[in-house]
Amino acid sequence: MSAATLYGLLACALVGIGLYGLAVRPEPLRKVLAFNLLGGGVFLLFGVFARRGAGAGFAGDPVPQALVITGLVVSFAATALAIALVLRLRDETGDAALDAGDGKAE
Amino acid sequence: MSASGGFLLVLAIMLPAGGVLVAVATGGRIARLAALALLPCGLVLAVAIAALIRTGGVPLEYRVGGWAPPLGVALRADGLSAVMLLITAIVIAGIALFARDYFPADAPDETERRAPFVFWTLLMGLWGALNAVWLGADLFNLYVALELLTFGAVPLVSLDGKPDTLRAALRYLLFALIGSVLYLLGVGLIYGAAGTLDIAQLAAMPHTAPVFAIAAALMTAGLLAKTALFPLHLWLPPAHAGAPAAASALLSALVVKGSFILAVRLWFDALPGAMGPASAQLLGWLGAAAVVFGGAMALRQQRLKLLVAYSTVGQIGYLFFLFPLAFGAAASDPAAWRDLAWTGGIMQVVAHAAAKAAMFMAAGLIGEALGHDRIDGFGGLARALPVTVFAFGLAGMSLMGLPPSGGFVAKAMLLTASVAEAQWWWAVAILAGGLLAAGYLFRVLGPAMAAAAPGAPPVAEIPLRRQAVVLGLAVFALLLGLVPLRPSPLLDIGRATPPLVLAR
Repeated sequence: MSAATLYGLLACALVGIGLYGLAVRPEPLRKVLAFNLLGGGVFLLFGVFARRGAGAGFAGDPVPQALVITGLVVSFAATALAIALVLRLRDETGDAALDAGDGKAE
Repeated sequence: MSASGGFLLVLAIMLPAGGVLVAVATGGRIARLAALALLPCGLVLAVAIAALIRTGGVPLEYRVGGWAPPLGVALRADGLSAVMLLITAIVIAGIALFARDYFPADAPDETERRAPFVFWTLLMGLWGALNAVWLGADLFNLYVALELLTFGAVPLVSLDGKPDTLRAALRYLLFALIGSVLYLLGVGLIYGAAGTLDIAQLAAMPHTAPVFAIAAALMTAGLLAKTALFPLHLWLPPAHAGAPAAASALLSALVVKGSFILAVRLWFDALPGAMGPASAQLLGWLGAAAVVFGGAMALRQQRLKLLVAYSTVGQIGYLFFLFPLAFGAAASDPAAWRDLAWTGGIMQVVAHAAAKAAMFMAAGLIGEALGHDRIDGFGGLARALPVTVFAFGLAGMSLMGLPPSGGFVAKAMLLTASVAEAQWWWAVAILAGGLLAAGYLFRVLGPAMAAAAPGAPPVAEIPLRRQAVVLGLAVFALLLGLVPLRPSPLLDIGRATPPLVLAR
């Protein structure tokens, strides 16, 4: 098994764990963590493509690495925004559940 | 492909981005001034780009830093970009003029000053992000634009900082994040298989390999979550109904269209033929379900803003008839009908943007005047706010598809194409959706026309100037009905194969 295949399988596992967490876990903080696992898997996949797609004698294709750096910044910003919303929700209501307000009369 | 034309594309993104920087650096009321000063600039820019494309007959292109794709990132404006730039500038101008009085410049306490600052800054941010979506020619660059759109839209939902809107914002963000990560996964797969993410270069290569279909399916699923197509619409009603009216108008009229246009670009421009007719039919069926479900849910709402939000769920469904109709069910379908469906689908984007912005702003004024937005308490409204209720009705005409309105033109084109292509089931959904829309709009207009209940609290005064802005956008939605009922030559500029032919 080549390194690229191994990393590809690891990326698939991360994506699977992340999707499972997002779908099954009701707590917002766990969903955010699952999103980060999912994102990590996707970024790892970009790394695999950088290795596999490298042609013309280079050790690696630099473009996916540039994409991953941009993606990391975006996903960091997304995480920060989500955490800020969760914290504010906890400050306002005392807990950070997503479903507490559903169907509640005003 | 003149250099000066390309420069305009950069300006269309950089002007709003510059406005955001100025607002963040100076804070306070400068944000509002900067946004209002940008309105005429943005309008002129959109008209100039559209005129250049219309007269030149070819798309404008700009290569950032002079680097050619696949290493560099290009900006590209075709007929579709021009139309979207124009409608964005017009609707944002209407929303900004409306919001000028909605968010008073000098509120007494700190938190009340904060909401206007955030609104004006994010208005400019969203404008820049939308223009980046319309102009992006690189799938990864479009991912970044899509994320900017999300980061601008989510805080607008929770401007008032109440727990309910915070929950709505968080739910919206989580849906959007799943959507964007699926999109990114697809981008990775495409890069791994093709070695480029430039839309024109992708279109030029064969993409019948299964990996392209998998990537397109992942990306489409992600974009549907962001567009709130049934059954991924769960986040939309609380988010759009909970935001302040000016922000709801922005979210419902424009933001959900960003991911939709991206899906259109993916299917028709980047990977034509990667998706088969069966998947186009599936998107159409989801759209039909959205039309019926959104309309039925809107009928059942007791509060006006939720009704308008569910109406958005239904109207988004119409957009997805574009996919089966513009692809054609059979290769034997004449290209002219597929082209008509293409124009009709984009026309629905434009008409809904104008009508829904007007409708949310009218709902906002009604809520302000009455102090609530419960439909059963609307007695005497038409007498107290005739201009606003009239504007609401005009915008409603477009949603119903009554002639003469932009919605009528869009739905008539889709209807004609579905009959001509022997895909009559979409015609049933289009007509049923029109009936449902008529139902929920009369449910609002009926009580509004009735006499006020005895002892009802007085209706607050709303300055005529603010009602006039809403009426202006509603009349614009109506005037869109003057668009000729035939394939638009402007929308065909830059299409690789104007009569789309499926590769299989």
